[in-house]
Amino acid sequence: MRAEAMEQRKRIHPNKFTMWVAIASITMMFAGLTSAYIVKRSQPSWTSFEMPVIFWYSTVVMLASSVTIYLSLKAFRERERNKYRQLITVTAVLGVLFVVLQYLGFKEIWASGISFSGAGGGQFLYIIAGLHGLHVVGGVIALIVLFFKAFSTRFRNYNPVPVEVMSTYWHFVDLLWLYLMVFFMLLQ
Amino acid sequence: MSQEVNLQEQVGAMTTHEVHHDEHHGHHHKETFITKYVFSQDHKMIAKQFLITGMIWAIIGGLFSVLFRLQLGFPNESFPILEEILGKWAAGGKIQPEFYYALTTMHGTVLVFFVLTAGLSGTFANFLIPLQLGARDMASPFMNMLSYWFFFLASIVMVSSLFVQTGPASGGWTVYPPLSALGDASEGSKIGMDLWLIAMALFVVSSLLGGLNYISTILNMRTKGMSMTRMPLTIWALFFTAVLGVLSFPVLLSGFILLLFDRHAGTSFYLSDIFLASTQKALPNEGGSAILYQHLFWFLGHPEVYIIILPTMGLVSDVMSANSRKPIFGYMAMVGSMFAIAVLAFLVWAHHMFVTGLNPFLGAFFVLLTLLIAVPSAIKVFNWITTLWRGNLRFTPGMLFSIGFVSLFISGGLTGIFLGNSTLDIHLHDTYFVIAHFHIVMGVSAFFGMFAGIYHWFPKMYGRYLNNTLAYIHFWITLVGAYLIFWPMHYQGLAGVPRRYLDFSGWESFNQFDGLNRFLSIVTIMVFAVQLLFVFNFIYSIFKGRRVTSQNPWGATTLEWTTPINPGHGNWEGEIPEVHRWAYDYGKDGRDFVPQTEAISPNESPESKH
Repeated sequence: MRAEAMEQRKRIHPNKFTMWVAIASITMMFAGLTSAYIVKRSQPSWTSFEMPVIFWYSTVVMLASSVTIYLSLKAFRERERNKYRQLITVTAVLGVLFVVLQYLGFKEIWASGISFSGAGGGQFLYIIAGLHGLHVVGGVIALIVLFFKAFSTRFRNYNPVPVEVMSTYWHFVDLLWLYLMVFFMLLQ
Repeated sequence: MSQEVNLQEQVGAMTTHEVHHDEHHGHHHKETFITKYVFSQDHKMIAKQFLITGMIWAIIGGLFSVLFRLQLGFPNESFPILEEILGKWAAGGKIQPEFYYALTTMHGTVLVFFVLTAGLSGTFANFLIPLQLGARDMASPFMNMLSYWFFFLASIVMVSSLFVQTGPASGGWTVYPPLSALGDASEGSKIGMDLWLIAMALFVVSSLLGGLNYISTILNMRTKGMSMTRMPLTIWALFFTAVLGVLSFPVLLSGFILLLFDRHAGTSFYLSDIFLASTQKALPNEGGSAILYQHLFWFLGHPEVYIIILPTMGLVSDVMSANSRKPIFGYMAMVGSMFAIAVLAFLVWAHHMFVTGLNPFLGAFFVLLTLLIAVPSAIKVFNWITTLWRGNLRFTPGMLFSIGFVSLFISGGLTGIFLGNSTLDIHLHDTYFVIAHFHIVMGVSAFFGMFAGIYHWFPKMYGRYLNNTLAYIHFWITLVGAYLIFWPMHYQGLAGVPRRYLDFSGWESFNQFDGLNRFLSIVTIMVFAVQLLFVFNFIYSIFKGRRVTSQNPWGATTLEWTTPINPGHGNWEGEIPEVHRWAYDYGKDGRDFVPQTEAISPNESPESKH
């Protein structure tokens, strides 16, 4: 019984665990969409698209933001509040920059003559990358909430759980984009 | 019955695992009407909100079936009263074809999603998970509240679709394209279809928020001593249900997103080159695949039927064991078979598509995997029957509904073996045989499991009993009625009567069933009336029912019966009890039952569960 009680104390925080389950759920959504892509690709009248160079820049931005959120979590744990505030601000800005770059990428594809008509790689890309972008926007909103909490003078909070949950989610959307990037490159 | 346990004293000295909401226990916490009854974060209140919303939906969905049964049973009669109420949808007192399809579609949607998913899981997962695990509340009470309000919003949008001029969605509850993707294809494909998709998207959000919470509560918030294998089967069932929901609903959502783009942005994911008679135009779309939608839909759609039936399997196991005064037979086999069902649920979706153009070679694998589900199902049925075997049965209403559940699950499950064969499906698909099969195995039997749960846990929910006489009337008429309605439908189906048809009177081959159809419709109305009797019993008993006077009225072993008769937010007044044994110590060492909170004494005979 003692060992069991110890086991319970070591258990992962429920909110962090919830985030992992949510990640599994979001993964299923993209698994569904990318498998639809694969099925559709093997059928007639599939159209391809040119991967815009700008997506490489957005990939770099996304990777950089993963680094900054990692550092901001580290700063939070070491109670370096100013550094933490700066780093989550940078992360949020990088997140916004990523979404803007994605939008420019979409515009480039659209300009190459791929609109919503048909159901080829381009149309799938708009939807799949668009949904990913929405998830990034959601993350940016959460970052903004964290940002204001960090500047709140009323509460001084040293609970790392929200920041940890946030960083898990951010790394996830980063990885998800890497997966999508590789997926689109291999299966244009 | 509860004289053997005085739990507060027993657990007083123990340290407990309290993660959250210590500030909530006791009755000191001031609550306003709004925070207590409307935007409540108490899992018990949220459960009641889900239950009552689900009941309202069940009445609406049931009423739809009464309306279309009127048409099927009496195709040549006219009911002027219908025109009074429904206006143009029943012009001349006859259900119009467009409305008939809307009725069948909404009957399916409402009962599958709003009643048997949200109403069932929402109620019992919220109510029982913290109570049976020994937690003060869910992992995130706030998300839990959001889950209900997203469901409420989904309900509002779905209800509003009933009142738009072109009517609600009417392409069947599966909303297959192209009918659902083309606004010009039918009245129900217009704004009603959009509202349907919005409502379902909100519903998916609700069900994900709920599911995430259920999973992390079960895995992280169990009280001291409550190892996974000491959990009641209800919790196991709700756990697998939540996992199924969390992994399959997002795929449905992605299918819906593609559908929305086909409807409004001009993409061709599902739409191909179709010539539309109503507009005399050919569509510009090219190369879309309706089968793609079916794959995405049924990847949820099949797990969905287990999302419906698994919770009731858990509820029935617990109600049955408590009322047989015997341990559940084969606890680990029950858990294992639920796990097997949960895994297989993801691997059989294409058996809904045997005749829609799926590659027949692919079909062979799905036949095999589908028939495999019979194995865990049979294990469960065997265990329920052996639990009943030589037990001291107490025929409480909850127990009767549990036994009814097993009966219906067997009857409905057997016809599943027919339908799982892709060759037999060539004849049986889209007939009343299918209707009969799924109504018995997941419709009526899930309702029986839900009723078993409601009758059993009503005293915990409201501190009062439901009226027994009304309960027995409810049980017998519902059981006999369910068999009278759905058993003959198998014969209709074997004779080839197709589902979703408005009127068979013009079909020489199906005329022989005119009398039977009338009979089925009359029984449907009677069974529906008895459900209203249940609703009356429910509402009446909340206010005027016989009061519960002891903490543990059923003499059950599980933790929810160690809380006060009317538990406040936080559930236990003192410390959370510690658990020392599994949930099924009935009739052990000559004692009627031993609660989970009682420490194992040195003279006790060894645990025999695994």
